[in-house]
Amino acid sequence: MRSAAAIFWLGTKELRSLMRDSVLLGLILYSFSLAILAQARSSAQEVRDASVAIVDEDRSPLSRRIAQAFLPPLFRPPVPIAEREVVRAMDAGRYTFVLDIPPNFTRDLLGRRTPELQLNVDATAMMQAGLGAGYAQQIVADEIAGFLSQSRKSAPAPVSLVTRIAYNPNAETPWFTSVMGIINSVTMLAIILSGAAIVREREHGTLDHLLVMPVSPFEIAMAKIWANGAVILAAVGLSLVLVVRGLLGVPVAGSLPLFLAGTAVYLFFATAVGLYLGTLARSMPQLGLLYLLVYLPLAMLSGSNTPLESMPPWLATLLQVSPTVHFVAFAQAILYRGAGLALVWPRIVPIAGIGGLFLVLALRRFRRATAPSG
Amino acid sequence: MTGALAVEADALVRTAALSHRYRGRTALESVSLALPAGRIVGLIGPDGVGKSTLLSILAGTRRIQAGRAWVLGGEVGRAAHRAVLRGRIAYMPQGLGRNLYSELTVRENLLYFARLFGPPGPEREERIGLLLAGTGLSGSAERPAGQLSGGMRQKLGLCCALIHDPDLLILDEPTTGVDPLARRQFWDLIGRIRAGHPGLSVLVATAYMQEAARFDLLVAMEAGRVVAAGTPADLLQVTGTADVEAAFAVLTGCPREAPATARLSHGHLPEAPLPHPPVGEPIITARDLTCRFGGFTAVDRASFTIRRGEIFGFVGSNGCGKTTTMKMLTGLTPPSAGEALLFGRPLDPRDRATRARVGYMSQGFSLYAELSVRQNLALHARLFRLSPAQARARIAELLTACGLEAHADALARDLPLGLRQRLSLAVAIVHGPDLLILDEPTSGVDPRARDRFWALLTDLARRQGVTIFVSTHFMNEAARCDRIALMDAGRVLATDTPAGLIAAKGAADLEDAFVAFLKEAAAARGETSGHLAAARAPRGAEAGGLFSPRRLAACAAREALELLRDRVRLGFAVLGTSLLMLVFGFGISTDVDRLSFAVLDRDRTPASRAYLEALRGSPYFAERPALTDEADLDRRLASGEIAAALEIPPQFGRDLARGRPTQVSARIDGARPFVAQTVRSYLSALHEQALTPSPARHDTAPAAIAVRFKYNQSFDSIYAMVPAQIALQLALIPAILMALAVVRERELGSIVNLYATPLTRLEFLLGKQLPYAGVAMVNFLLMVGLALVVFRVPLRGSFPTLALATLIYVFATTAWGMLVSAFARTQIAALFGTAILTVLPATMFAGMLVPVSSLTGVGRILGDLFPMSYYLPVCLGTFTKGLGFSDLAPTIGGLALFVPALTLLALAMLRGQEK
Repeated sequence: MRSAAAIFWLGTKELRSLMRDSVLLGLILYSFSLAILAQARSSAQEVRDASVAIVDEDRSPLSRRIAQAFLPPLFRPPVPIAEREVVRAMDAGRYTFVLDIPPNFTRDLLGRRTPELQLNVDATAMMQAGLGAGYAQQIVADEIAGFLSQSRKSAPAPVSLVTRIAYNPNAETPWFTSVMGIINSVTMLAIILSGAAIVREREHGTLDHLLVMPVSPFEIAMAKIWANGAVILAAVGLSLVLVVRGLLGVPVAGSLPLFLAGTAVYLFFATAVGLYLGTLARSMPQLGLLYLLVYLPLAMLSGSNTPLESMPPWLATLLQVSPTVHFVAFAQAILYRGAGLALVWPRIVPIAGIGGLFLVLALRRFRRATAPSG
Repeated sequence: MTGALAVEADALVRTAALSHRYRGRTALESVSLALPAGRIVGLIGPDGVGKSTLLSILAGTRRIQAGRAWVLGGEVGRAAHRAVLRGRIAYMPQGLGRNLYSELTVRENLLYFARLFGPPGPEREERIGLLLAGTGLSGSAERPAGQLSGGMRQKLGLCCALIHDPDLLILDEPTTGVDPLARRQFWDLIGRIRAGHPGLSVLVATAYMQEAARFDLLVAMEAGRVVAAGTPADLLQVTGTADVEAAFAVLTGCPREAPATARLSHGHLPEAPLPHPPVGEPIITARDLTCRFGGFTAVDRASFTIRRGEIFGFVGSNGCGKTTTMKMLTGLTPPSAGEALLFGRPLDPRDRATRARVGYMSQGFSLYAELSVRQNLALHARLFRLSPAQARARIAELLTACGLEAHADALARDLPLGLRQRLSLAVAIVHGPDLLILDEPTSGVDPRARDRFWALLTDLARRQGVTIFVSTHFMNEAARCDRIALMDAGRVLATDTPAGLIAAKGAADLEDAFVAFLKEAAAARGETSGHLAAARAPRGAEAGGLFSPRRLAACAAREALELLRDRVRLGFAVLGTSLLMLVFGFGISTDVDRLSFAVLDRDRTPASRAYLEALRGSPYFAERPALTDEADLDRRLASGEIAAALEIPPQFGRDLARGRPTQVSARIDGARPFVAQTVRSYLSALHEQALTPSPARHDTAPAAIAVRFKYNQSFDSIYAMVPAQIALQLALIPAILMALAVVRERELGSIVNLYATPLTRLEFLLGKQLPYAGVAMVNFLLMVGLALVVFRVPLRGSFPTLALATLIYVFATTAWGMLVSAFARTQIAALFGTAILTVLPATMFAGMLVPVSSLTGVGRILGDLFPMSYYLPVCLGTFTKGLGFSDLAPTIGGLALFVPALTLLALAMLRGQEK
């Protein structure tokens, strides 16, 4: 009880300090508003304005029809180029796709000689190359089919495949990137806020001051965890309601309170990591360097950028110890698929456990961290 | 009284109406002065009256805002004259060796300054040897400057200043925080140097009035104005006082306050003088207390006893072990050996009951600057578990007693230093402790504020029986203690009453006594103070010049040495890129494979199994146990266990055989749109494939579309990701390190060497760039190794071309870091600023995620203005496209333009003087 009171009062001090720090407040505001909007609007995960060149050696109505079918926003208007220019243009990275329509293509097609078109894809442009090649193939096939159906009848396929994308019928990217942006902001801010809170106290000598008072390192640490966690939790809630639901119009499927409860557990982990880094670093710059080496792997390997399935199996197995991975899976299950507590609780337990581990590590280093360096 | 000194035409220093302001606060107010050459001129006055500002303007390190100044026959405002001055002036800024490099050894520091000023090799060695011997530093030549005591640092600072034999020595509070012996040695040294170089003029600021009495001329300052100038005797005469301190008080119109005006209530103890020797029970007992950090012994077998109600002083220079001893007694630092008893019980850091009886004030200001005075007090009252009513009463009482009522709601950070110290004390005694441990509570506080502070302390001890353990380096404060312990180099030299110590050495005052003890200890250690030979080395300083390879080399060598000594930074510099490359290389992939799917087969015929065979054989999909029903499908899709579910309708086989239209339905998890889209296109392709084997259906494909993934037939994202990572990491890490290196100097203060020595801005920047570009090239080789060995991405094109482009690229990215550093005030801002300003254009506009050919408008322009847009094609070209120099020459040419452009911009942004 006495301990709870000390934790509470120390926490209010943290909040007061944070409220006076306009730079950090600005960073929090930016991370949960503009940064989310920017990520949602970014086209990095979809095909947009892909550059196309066409080598038209057929010069027929069909070849022109194909060229006209490459439309914005997926593609930029195709540029006609000569066959001999292809290699140089692709080496220089001027076009991501080059479609080569051979001579006598229409004639061979109508003569049922199954002519071959060539689609050259610059595979170094990974994001666009894969999906874009699929779209380009589809466009060409549709145009050929359309052209043929005008000249002769073809029977419909007996078996059709009906695909339905659940939870996000039009596969809209902003639904995904906005929420993943929030998760990355949570990781980023929780670590840096709590880490900086420790380093700042040490640089100002106030940590010494606290440690000689009748408060325990546990109370000091918990105060920082709840205060910084509460600020970020509030920002997450507001961002989800105002920015994601409001401005971006993304429907949030599951229970918001359940998501926030899980976020609180994740914040416990992330702030505990920040505290631990804060006890390792001797100065702000050192904290910054350590932070980069911890945050970037946590965020990049969380499954929010690249699905775990696409990573080497050994890495995917190893990453089961990363709470960020569990949190991303937890968030996707609740917010997109409307999953309930019964489905997601196995994700929460490891987050809390690993958070506890870092708290213990941080507490063990607490006193040692105050000793002078020389 | 400004013009008390005769204005001479050939004055060494002359100023006319010099004014300076910092954000609205006046530091100098129309100062007009003329000072003659060949003397020691002292600037006196409390903290914050503008002494440092005036000295830095005269040294040419601070830009003049208003008015004019002439030094050594030329105007300081003119850049050409400043270049001349840099070779003739030596400037030691305030703070113990702020312009030194703590990670370098004494000799390395001297060598660096010697190279900047440039006497040739053998003469340089001779001069360094001479200076080291003369200052008694020879024995410590190989110790890092950061580990020296305050006095030694000041001596080293002086050596560095004298390395080029200047005509004018500008010293800003050179002896603050230094023990009395070191202070005397310092002035003896100056005296000997002047004897050997009669033309040498010295301009010195000091807060010690006893020192000032020995100078040739004094200039007294108050609130940015010169209030008096003349010889010490003149000043005494004008003011009719007996000593300089009193004269100063009269000149500033603030006679010393009567002591003990402040009183704390409750506990009406009789105001009897403390009996000597003290008879109360021991509150602190230290027995052979020792503390070692690595090989360095900070405290060496310290023993003393402090009794109830005593004011026990701890006297010694900065870095002699006072702070460490106090930290051991508060439980903050565990002792390496020996024992400590607090209130008669062994010290236990976990014992809260004891902690509640102790009040502690750590060195420097250690309260929450962003809280108000009242909030600070309230927080501590809460933490010491005072009831709200008790707390209110106590806070009101402390505000009155410490004279803080008027400032109760002001933020602690806005208080002047003297008030902050009083607030610190109020906070330390908020819970009415029995023991107060105060670590240099008055350092940096002006004499008047110090006096008031001591009045409060005395009152606490005499009237409330609080035991006070206080450290100080001021002898007049030590004299007010009941007993004092003299400390030097980690050892307690003597413990007694002030009178007892004076008597033991037969000295005139406490300072003399202390000096005698220190000399004895130094002799026991075999140290000598040394004698500076009068022989002067010939003048080595050459006139400025815009660029000198020698100074550049000196700067680069020093930066490299500093990097080598900072393990965290070095580790990050060498291994950071490789670690991040591994993470990103394995972690970012646009390949979508091993997707989990499950089947709800309502048909269960050979036909349905044949259809599903196509899916099962595909490397893109991995099957999970079959679905049992619709509910199972929903649940497993929602939990994320499967990415897609395929449902085969009943009668599928029969319908297929009869050619009746039938429908297979697929449900895809849309939580990750990119994956969902890929799954959809894979499923469509596999669906087609599953139906084609039947020869009858051959004509469904009227034309073949051959997709050729150029440069990467297997379309494995690693071949694109790995070269892109090399480009990204070489943009990010070298830029961060470079920005940190520049801002670090600004934050730690050693940037003043750029302002005060012949080092030019170009040499400074290039000198920093060279080591980091070198480290970046090592990184490059490591990453190419990782690419070839770990990721197995072959290098198809020309390695020399790639290496050349990389060399140009790392110079461009370090120049980028330099540019960003111009906007950052703190290291942490430099770090994050550089990271954001690099990662954003790198990922968005440089072709990493979105090909440059897809960019339009502003994005395209930003991409064109970022070096990585030029390097990435070279990296991808040599790795995956197999290109050589002739193919890439135009791109490399574009890249090369960034180096001079960014360097010139950074140069323009770097100031040659402080504001």
